[in-house]
Amino acid sequence: MNIDSTVRTGIVIDHITAGRAMLLYELLGLENEQGAVAIIKNVQSRKMGKKDIIKVDTERKLNLDIIGYVDPGATVNVIRDGKLIEKKSISMPETLTDVIFCKNPRCITSVEQELSHVFRLTDKQNKVYRCLYCETQAKQ
Amino acid sequence: MKRSLIDILDLSVAELDELIATACDIIENPAKYAHVCAGKKLATLFFEPSTRTRLSFEAAMYELGGNVLGFAGAQSSSAAKGESVADTAKTVSCYADIIAMRHPKEGAALVAANNASIPVINAGDGGHCHPTQTLADLLTIYREKGGFHHLTIGLCGDLKFGRTVHSLIGAMSRYTGIRFVLISPSELRIPDYVKEDVLDKKGIPYEEVTDLEAAIPELDILYMTRVQRERFFNEEDYLRLKDSYILDLKKLTNAKNDLCVMHPLPRVNEISVAVDNDPRACYFKQVLNGKYMRMALILKLLKEAGTI
Repeated sequence: MNIDSTVRTGIVIDHITAGRAMLLYELLGLENEQGAVAIIKNVQSRKMGKKDIIKVDTERKLNLDIIGYVDPGATVNVIRDGKLIEKKSISMPETLTDVIFCKNPRCITSVEQELSHVFRLTDKQNKVYRCLYCETQAKQ
Repeated sequence: MKRSLIDILDLSVAELDELIATACDIIENPAKYAHVCAGKKLATLFFEPSTRTRLSFEAAMYELGGNVLGFAGAQSSSAAKGESVADTAKTVSCYADIIAMRHPKEGAALVAANNASIPVINAGDGGHCHPTQTLADLLTIYREKGGFHHLTIGLCGDLKFGRTVHSLIGAMSRYTGIRFVLISPSELRIPDYVKEDVLDKKGIPYEEVTDLEAAIPELDILYMTRVQRERFFNEEDYLRLKDSYILDLKKLTNAKNDLCVMHPLPRVNEISVAVDNDPRACYFKQVLNGKYMRMALILKLLKEAGTI
């Protein structure tokens, strides 16, 4: 993938709310990606006004729950040999495990290191996730 | 099937009614229940200090004819050696039939319940939940007021960290005609999530005020709370706020004759000792009611687990 080229075989995360691409990049662990990764910010969009796009030049597994948590309106396109072969639907996950971490110093997860950090969707309308253990609200 | 109690909202309104009915039957017919838990063991795992709750659980189990084992401080358990809550729960499951656990960290009881093979009762997990205190509160309201509907409930003191207050709001908000008056200094107001997730969502009327004396005349129930030293990271904040609201006989002058004054105890100085002799003082009745509700709860969970 060059600076101005399209992905030949890989993944395009499109329709990301403008400004959210870096958070997705971090949570998806794309900094560890060996292939080319492009983050395109503030692209003009007819539907959204502005949007972000992430292009990954390798066909890799993505944790769709992370995308659903950060930006359920995003779309994930799988590209192979220059052709769109799959459009993955994104929805807000009911639970998130070890994606985000509870920052409440009074939470049991702050002292018991082996515990998974689990967050539950408690209010879909307002996108509220709470720690399973202490019910502290996750902040994006 | 094994079932635990972590949050008061784990119990449906019908189940609360059932527990209250059992508790009332225990009060009327104690002999009927004196041996129902013979040969069964309650483990009281108290990782932080408690007088009332631990002794209440122990008294409850003894009055059901059962036995009690456990510890009363993290230093006297393997937690001092670094044992996890999960491992402690698995271990104790081999010795006892039911666990009552208090732990300073929020969510610890859920971790125990997820790992124990026997029912776990949350006897307080930090500032998070304390469902059996709420059971005591509910039985007190039921016995003093004859039911749970159409009541104006004043909650006073530390509404930010007070777990009993959050649980009571959650439980009472399931009944009709309830109105809350939230009386606290601005630093200790009820957290937004309680307002948004419970009160606003259910359309329950409430007002936040700072003046206890002005609020008293309209109340059916006044629930006082202690400003707890252990919930503060900063000693200065604690010292500044601890004396914010003190109930005395003068403040009760304009209260209704059938006001029910409640407090989860222990109190420090937020209720004057002179109030103890006023017929409206119900906080020691709460202590007794707590034991009956814990008896009813132990029975329910052991029955559901097929242990008795």
